[in-house]
Amino acid sequence: MKAAVVVFPGSNCDRDLAVAFEQAGFDVSMVWHKDSALPEGIDIVGVPGGFSYGDYLRCGAIAAQSPICKAVIDHADRGGYAIGVCNGFQILTETGVLPGALLRNAGLKYICRTVDLKVATSESVFTQGYSAGDVIGVPIAHHDGNYFADEETVRALQDQDRVAFTYADNPNGSVADIAGILSENRRVLGMMPHPERAADEGHGGTDGAAVFRALAGMVTAA
Amino acid sequence: MKARVHVMLKNGVLDPQGEAVRHALGALGFDKVEGVRQGKVIDLDLAEGATEADVTAMCEKLLANTVIESYSIELQ
Repeated sequence: MKAAVVVFPGSNCDRDLAVAFEQAGFDVSMVWHKDSALPEGIDIVGVPGGFSYGDYLRCGAIAAQSPICKAVIDHADRGGYAIGVCNGFQILTETGVLPGALLRNAGLKYICRTVDLKVATSESVFTQGYSAGDVIGVPIAHHDGNYFADEETVRALQDQDRVAFTYADNPNGSVADIAGILSENRRVLGMMPHPERAADEGHGGTDGAAVFRALAGMVTAA
Repeated sequence: MKARVHVMLKNGVLDPQGEAVRHALGALGFDKVEGVRQGKVIDLDLAEGATEADVTAMCEKLLANTVIESYSIELQ
């Protein structure tokens, strides 16, 4: 089982994400933003949180144009698995791998605390370790986590069961309380909350670990 | 050639920064302000031969996120 985690200048959750993958049983390679290819034979690529390129211009905008992101887009286009957390989610929307965009939080404040997330669907390799309707505690830490998409896109996400997580008590103004979404083929997950920061007893909660355990289960079963 | 690109959040997209500025103006007594939208201005120094189409391509690819932002180009 192999995972790759991309490292951009300004990434700060790359090691957390790598550790969460490792604890679930993956061999993890770190991949530098200037690399133009992902390692051979990886099962999943992780795009971590942080402040890639200082969030200059827009969160994730410059990272989305980096050489490695072209490889990530190709990987996703080929049907590969990918997870983007926080800044990684912003990057995946900027690349067009996932629809919508992330705006400044409606309350204008940077928010850093554990929030209750509702699992909206268990029909994905990322969320199959939960039951739809489960409420889990996962930390958020963002200034631009206000998910926005036009009405038509939101309706499509809902109709196609592609909303992965919603906020129980919307902290940032996200449309339809959306905290995480799936790609059309359900193989790419983007989410603002940090499951990798709730994957070990030392984190004060392990509600996020099921995401990584389920991914490992998928690979083992394949 | 120089180009000035204005990037603004589209109408209908909440602009919390603009709202904060509006509140602050109200608090200062400027009570005739009914709305504020905050955007950004990007000045480009372009080499000989660059065209407006080049700048449009830059806007579409990087300078604006057309999901949430609109842009306009001023050539100088």
